[in-house]
Amino acid sequence: MPAPIAAPARAAAEAQPPPRRRLSPAGRRRGAGLLLLLPALIALTLFFVLPLLSILLDSFTSPEPGLGNYVQLFTDGYTLRVLGRTLVIALVVTVAGIALAYPYAYMMTLAGPGVRALMVTVVLVPFWTSMLARNFAWMVLMQDGGVVQGMLGLVGLGDVTLLGTTTAVAISMTQVLLPFMVLPMFSVMQQIDRRLLLAGQSLGASRLSTFRKVYLPLSLPGVAAGASLVFVLALGFYVTPALLGSPQSALIAQVISVRTRELLDFGGGGAMGVFVLVVTLVVLGLSRRLAGPGATTGAAHVMAGGNDR
Amino acid sequence: MTARPWLKIVAFLVGLFLTVPTLVVIPMSFSSSQTFRFPPAGWSAQWYERLFTSPEWTTAIVNSLQVGAATAVLATVLGTAAAIGVTRLGERAKGVATGFLLSPIIIPNILIALVIFSAFLRLGLSGTLSGIVLAHTALALPFVVIAVTARLQGMDPALQKAGGSLGASPWSVFTKITLPLAMPGVLSGAVLAFVSSFDEVVISLFLQSPTAITLPVQMFNSVTVQIDPTISAASTLMVLVVSVPILLAQVIGARRGNRGRQR
Repeated sequence: MPAPIAAPARAAAEAQPPPRRRLSPAGRRRGAGLLLLLPALIALTLFFVLPLLSILLDSFTSPEPGLGNYVQLFTDGYTLRVLGRTLVIALVVTVAGIALAYPYAYMMTLAGPGVRALMVTVVLVPFWTSMLARNFAWMVLMQDGGVVQGMLGLVGLGDVTLLGTTTAVAISMTQVLLPFMVLPMFSVMQQIDRRLLLAGQSLGASRLSTFRKVYLPLSLPGVAAGASLVFVLALGFYVTPALLGSPQSALIAQVISVRTRELLDFGGGGAMGVFVLVVTLVVLGLSRRLAGPGATTGAAHVMAGGNDR
Repeated sequence: MTARPWLKIVAFLVGLFLTVPTLVVIPMSFSSSQTFRFPPAGWSAQWYERLFTSPEWTTAIVNSLQVGAATAVLATVLGTAAAIGVTRLGERAKGVATGFLLSPIIIPNILIALVIFSAFLRLGLSGTLSGIVLAHTALALPFVVIAVTARLQGMDPALQKAGGSLGASPWSVFTKITLPLAMPGVLSGAVLAFVSSFDEVVISLFLQSPTAITLPVQMFNSVTVQIDPTISAASTLMVLVVSVPILLAQVIGARRGNRGRQR
């Protein structure tokens, strides 16, 4: 009886897809786009996203399931002190950074093309100069009997010990992180229409009050972008406190390092890491709402592209 | 509007604060003494001799060069493909994909180090140079993506369409039109990837083993574990290896920009 055999065969023939429908050119472009993206996405997922999820899991399950690691984070005296110290230093570095970067970025917008190119280079070169070399230089300068102590001696502060203190850490971190503050500020200030200032002054406002009422508010998105970037980076800083600080002035990154590298306590260290990550995302999210995404990406382009567009 | 004198002075001082302290490493590296005293009491080239002859330093230099080169190749290939891929996506998908690709730049390095260390420990990649290469590749991807994307954005998409409509296969459109036009971005991405790997400390510290020590890790250990003034010569080397390509890229970029404007 051929029918029962033929029927499924025909059904199969019908079920076979019609001759391949040609994708629209746009669809094909997107398909090719996805294909090109795939290797990078896979690499990032394998070496970053999956490990991150596994640490997140560890922080809730190791050594025992529950919120123990997080409870400890906010109840253990030592950890709390470290957390507090880290937040204070990050805040100090951010404020000092704003104070130094604002006039510099402002000057960049006023300078002629040649001077401006030089000023961009002065910001970019340290950004790309070896992190270790810069911190080592500070170690040399701030040691006992070093140059900085000598300079302080001139103003009658000769006996101040710097190396191993949080002050040394804060000074060096401010310098190392300054480019991250200058670039977003500059990228916002560059777009401010200076005719607004002239308008303000011609309407009778003083130079100071035009600055305060017109320029400052317009430049705030850049300040917010730079400040949040520096604050976030300062939170997770490891090299500077490790070289210029001391175990008594440890910051959270050092404690994470000891917990994981030496004690292999991925639950506890992971909980601290997750805390840093959450603070990072909240701060960056806030700054994105305040400043818009443009300021930070503009700065990223200056960093990688090397020229101001 | 001209700048007030005080503003110029402040900007100048900030510029000094950014650049001058680091230059201390250069005279330090020619010191004749065993201590970090500055200014040095006498001069010698002994730390350079040690840097280029003692096995622990030469191995570290070779390791760093290898890791940097491998990272540059991997990150450039993946990042360039991804950047080109991103331009072909729809608006929404573009934003999501870019955000994801750039995320390693904003995540604190200590967290990346912790996360990668725990994963690589399980995979047996911790303590190997290939492990460090893989981690550095993830970290360097954003720089390549940014550099190539910036270049592609300035490109006329009609060029690619024209190539296609004249009968070129997608592959030859890529190799004959897209890639040559994107090349400056690809090259600067590769330089940035190399530099970011060559200079990276935290992740390499976590993944180090006696057989997998990079130059920054050796430098870090030379001041925290023992006091070895060779670090000053190594710092000078780092400043040169890291800054000179960036400075050159800056100068070339500025020249090209000027030429473009004159046209």
